[in-house]
Amino acid sequence: MRKELLNKANLAWLLLSIVSFVVLSILMKVGIIGSYYSITLYNIFINIILAVSLNLVIGVCGQFSLGHAGFMCIGAYCAGIMVKMMPNMTGLAIGVLIGFALSTIVALIVSIPTLRLKGDYLAIATLGFAEIVRILVQNMEITNGAAGLNGIPKLTTFPLLFVCAVIAILVVCNFTHSAPGRACLSIREDEIASEAMGINTTKYKVIAFVIGALLASLAGALFACNFYVIKPDQFTFNKSIDILVMVVFGGMGSMTSSVLAAVAIGIINVVLANFSEIRMIIYGLALVGIMIFKPTGILGTKELSFKKLFDKRKEKSA
Amino acid sequence: MKTILNVKNLTKNFGGLCAVSNVSMTINEGELIGLIGPNGAGKTTLFNLLTGVYEPSSGLIELIDQNKSIQIGGLKPYKITNLGVARTFQNIRLFKSMTVLENVKVAMHKNIRYGTLAAILRLPTYYKEEKWVEEKAEELLKEVGLYSLRNELATNLPYGKQRRLEIARALAIQPKILYLDEPAAGMNPQETKELTELIDHIREKYKLTVILIEHDMSLVMKICERIYVLNYGKMIANGTPEEIKQNEFVVKAYLGEEI
Repeated sequence: MRKELLNKANLAWLLLSIVSFVVLSILMKVGIIGSYYSITLYNIFINIILAVSLNLVIGVCGQFSLGHAGFMCIGAYCAGIMVKMMPNMTGLAIGVLIGFALSTIVALIVSIPTLRLKGDYLAIATLGFAEIVRILVQNMEITNGAAGLNGIPKLTTFPLLFVCAVIAILVVCNFTHSAPGRACLSIREDEIASEAMGINTTKYKVIAFVIGALLASLAGALFACNFYVIKPDQFTFNKSIDILVMVVFGGMGSMTSSVLAAVAIGIINVVLANFSEIRMIIYGLALVGIMIFKPTGILGTKELSFKKLFDKRKEKSA
Repeated sequence: MKTILNVKNLTKNFGGLCAVSNVSMTINEGELIGLIGPNGAGKTTLFNLLTGVYEPSSGLIELIDQNKSIQIGGLKPYKITNLGVARTFQNIRLFKSMTVLENVKVAMHKNIRYGTLAAILRLPTYYKEEKWVEEKAEELLKEVGLYSLRNELATNLPYGKQRRLEIARALAIQPKILYLDEPAAGMNPQETKELTELIDHIREKYKLTVILIEHDMSLVMKICERIYVLNYGKMIANGTPEEIKQNEFVVKAYLGEEI
């Protein structure tokens, strides 16, 4: 253990994760979170990974991507196919790695040409990309076409899911609070100035996009091994919008808010389960409302930071 | 004196409009050059060509560094910056929702020696380099007098301080050449005076070659060693402040002709 890692703030984060893990585990064991609600809980954690990773692309780097479901789809099918051949954790690990490789290649192909341009080209390109992935999956034999993959063994356990979500948040936060992350933030703020500061803007946009794609693919793999069945129509444009809603709803650029939004929307979905037809309408209205009344999202760019909290207390007592 | 920047027959057309036409200039190491001209003369376009924001239609821009000559015309802006060329912007372009300190840190990017992987895994190099960056950035902010505001968001700074921060950020690149695009625009006399002192100070300390666009003639005449005058994209005069004041073309460009 290195001494830089052992500070109060990091320990506080560790404590928070352990406590929330233990509490949730106990609640599930005891049956307070029943089997129906535990599905929601699993969903929330998958959505946390998706929202945080999309927030890296949209909120931190300022590049508007509408194809997150596409990378999720790649991850889900890679893991699903692999796990069906090898129904154990090794199979899942191999599936995740294949998903990573494929997502990276695809992300590079999509992003290198489009991210060289300024403007909203990425949104259009990623929108098209996600549809291409879905249609390919729908028509390939190995993916079993529109019927989807059945009988995927359930390998996504709560501890695995929890650890993956924590890793995803760590990756994104560590990246954001570093020189490459600062480069991405500066691109979001002002691309011309960023380039004038000696930053290879295309490079950093691509890096952020690829990290986002990798995490989405991981979320996809966990998703596949959670529900026994995956079908191409689970990865439509609507799914990308679902994730986008979490990012915009919470606040672009704030990871705390992405996590909270994923939780909130998970709960809202349960509440609205009986009116699934009007769910999208309510989403739409909520988004319009946010745009009008709080365009920066509910939390804006505010971040829960133990470091700042401790620093403030130190200042007060000093 | 050694030449550091050599511009030959530089031209930039926007469709039918010739914004910069056949401009040549030679700039020596350590000089403080003024670039003046009426509105729309092509001064900022010239800066944008020199820093890579625009690609020249024709002509050469040669940067001479340790007796090596590098053609920088048409290179990407970040590549030119990394060769030791920094600039500020006419219409302040700070990273508004980042703190003052972070703004400076962004500009130190080139000298940070750890990659994305080291950042994500928080390898020891990350901590070492970040500590160095923090110290260096704070040192620079102390120098320009913004240290007490280091944790403030850039957008919350008053106008004069924002201009100052732009200069600090440009210095963080550790440039050899510094382009200042109207650094005194919108400043009151007191702020202009402080700015003049700052420019003098950093120039001395970092052995900079400074080229500045400015409309405040008293500032230009006071601090610039040599002045280039642009009008309608053409270089109409160059010389010492005294020569420029006497130059009939310059007087005509600014005041119009006698009828």
